[in-house]
Amino acid sequence: MRLSELGIGDRGVVIGITPGAVTDEAAIDHAELERRLLEMGFVEGARFQVLHEGLIGRDPIAIRLDDMRVALRRREARAVTVDCTAMDMAAQ
Amino acid sequence: MSDAARATAPRIALVGNPNSGKTALFNALTGARQKVANYPGVTVERKAGTVTTPAGHKALILDLPGTYSLRARSPDEAVTRDVVLGRFPGEEPPDVIACVADATNLRLVLRLALELKQVGRPLLLVLNMFDIAERQGIRIDLDGLSRALNVPVVTTVAVRKRGLDALLRKLDELSAQGVHGATAWREPSAAEIRAAHRDSERIMREFVKPPLRPDTWTGRLDAVLLHPVAGTLILLVILFLMFQAVFSWATPVMDLIDAGFTWLGTLVAEYLPDGLLRSFIADGLIAGVGSVVVFLPQIMVLFFFIILLEDFGYMARAAFLMDRLMGAAGLHGRAFIPLLSSFACAIPGIMAARVIDNKRDRLTTILVAPLTTCSARIPVYTLIISAFIPQKLVWGFANLQGLVMFGLYATGIISALLVAFVIRKILWRSASEPFLIELPSYKVPDVTNVLRGVWQRGKIFLRRAGTIIFSLMVVVWFLSSFPGAPEGATGPAIDYSFAGMLGHLIHPLLAPIGFTWQMAVALVPGIAAREVAVGALGTVYAIGGQVGTGTLGAALAASWPLATALSFLTWYVFAPQCLSTLAVVKRETNGWLWPSVMFTYMITLAYIASFIVYHVASALFG
Repeated sequence: MRLSELGIGDRGVVIGITPGAVTDEAAIDHAELERRLLEMGFVEGARFQVLHEGLIGRDPIAIRLDDMRVALRRREARAVTVDCTAMDMAAQ
Repeated sequence: MSDAARATAPRIALVGNPNSGKTALFNALTGARQKVANYPGVTVERKAGTVTTPAGHKALILDLPGTYSLRARSPDEAVTRDVVLGRFPGEEPPDVIACVADATNLRLVLRLALELKQVGRPLLLVLNMFDIAERQGIRIDLDGLSRALNVPVVTTVAVRKRGLDALLRKLDELSAQGVHGATAWREPSAAEIRAAHRDSERIMREFVKPPLRPDTWTGRLDAVLLHPVAGTLILLVILFLMFQAVFSWATPVMDLIDAGFTWLGTLVAEYLPDGLLRSFIADGLIAGVGSVVVFLPQIMVLFFFIILLEDFGYMARAAFLMDRLMGAAGLHGRAFIPLLSSFACAIPGIMAARVIDNKRDRLTTILVAPLTTCSARIPVYTLIISAFIPQKLVWGFANLQGLVMFGLYATGIISALLVAFVIRKILWRSASEPFLIELPSYKVPDVTNVLRGVWQRGKIFLRRAGTIIFSLMVVVWFLSSFPGAPEGATGPAIDYSFAGMLGHLIHPLLAPIGFTWQMAVALVPGIAAREVAVGALGTVYAIGGQVGTGTLGAALAASWPLATALSFLTWYVFAPQCLSTLAVVKRETNGWLWPSVMFTYMITLAYIASFIVYHVASALFG
């Protein structure tokens, strides 16, 4: 699953960064996007919950990522692969 | 290194994530002993200050732009990287790097600290806002953290000036050690960033225990402030109140400043004999300085709100709420703040575009900023509207004059967004910057820090804009005063000056958009600052300087058709009628290319729009 597909309240764990999933022509360089997401704390194993959505097109989204809050557009959120079932395991 | 060997003051660089309270710490350490300037060649602010350490050294503290990584993405971050690495031309490498962290939000900064360690200079980790961490019951094993990172750790509460002595003693110790070794830093790969994250994650788990009483305010406030409907409404209300304040709070002070300069002008007129010197001092110098200083209250009120909201943590939320709208125009949510500032004056707006990471997004924002209605247009708008638009009710509730004013503002905003959209499509079809920002926890702003920020903004405005506007005013005074009117002249003196000649010269070009030759002449001094055109119109219509706008309005209403007035208003929405803005753009973009682009597109837009308005209005109203 991708972070971009989730709605308010959904929670889970980041399982991978796949910048190749952002395919539109205006996307920045994949390696660059990957590093930026990593620097913002989107690393494998990070826990998240979607907190807020924007007014138009439910975009961008604001999420709790581990113990901080981050906002991003759904377009870039496509690059974040998540697992929403592993939450209980990760919590322990 | 011994004390005797130290020829220069030790240099301490403050590095940290955005919102780590780095600037508050810088203020607490240096107090009033700070200097804000630009780094040479780039438009990034260099904030430096001095502090006397317990060992008696006069240390130089550099407050570097906030960053998540040394892998710079924006011009600001590139400065941080280059200064830290000692690569910045003309800037000595720092003797100690102090990594400033928000003690309640350590995860990302620990990774930055690991990256900073590779630089090979003495490093110190400063856990700032430690009182908030304690209040939340975050338990940090300071010794363990220090051992794990192999870096000394100190705690501070910058706004309460706590922990500063211990910090300075540590800085003394570290700067006495000298440089450890050569820089091992290079841009980390994705794999290396992941590895560093794992390290910092391990350190976090071992030495930082999660809060017993986590901050619930941020979540509760966000539930309202980031609510898609309520949050957007609140943002609009905040903006509305801001504008009210910018215009109503600032007006009495502006009137006072205006009256002060007018009084000074009359004083000069009284004591100096009539002639060139008097005209230069009264109309050139005093009027020139006055035209700059009069905007200071608005700019300071505006920045008071911007800094207050920024320190509170709201600006990132405003960027979140506005991102989609801005994104439709190809802009970034962050571009919202510079465009907002442009409502007072495009100059602080253009300077505020520095918050945008991506160079192209920043350029786009700079290029469209002058389209938003700055306050210098207001005197022109009010003059023309009150002279030509009848004071009547439309649709049962709206005042027609107010409606036209609103329409002019709306045209400005909409055209700014449209032009931004077109620029993206034409000039660069390339990658658009990802919107990826941290939403910091809300914090009660510290009054001293806010006021210090406002004070610095005011000084910067006076220095940068002031020198430009002032010198332009002097040039315009020269153009409008030389050569003087010949003996027995019947028309106003300006008619015989260079400005007058220029006006007559360009009049054939402006005739198709309905401008009279008097308007063409008034536009010449009007390029120094938009509102100057009002005074200039007064001069060309030979009304005399001391008559209020009411009389001028009546004179204009008698001599212009309505179509001309509407065309003139339209011209003022789009025209690059402000040389100071162009000069600031030249400074910010380091060259003449972008100011030329701006001038060309704005004047083209103004001409076409005025042409259409003039001819449509002529056809409709005769």
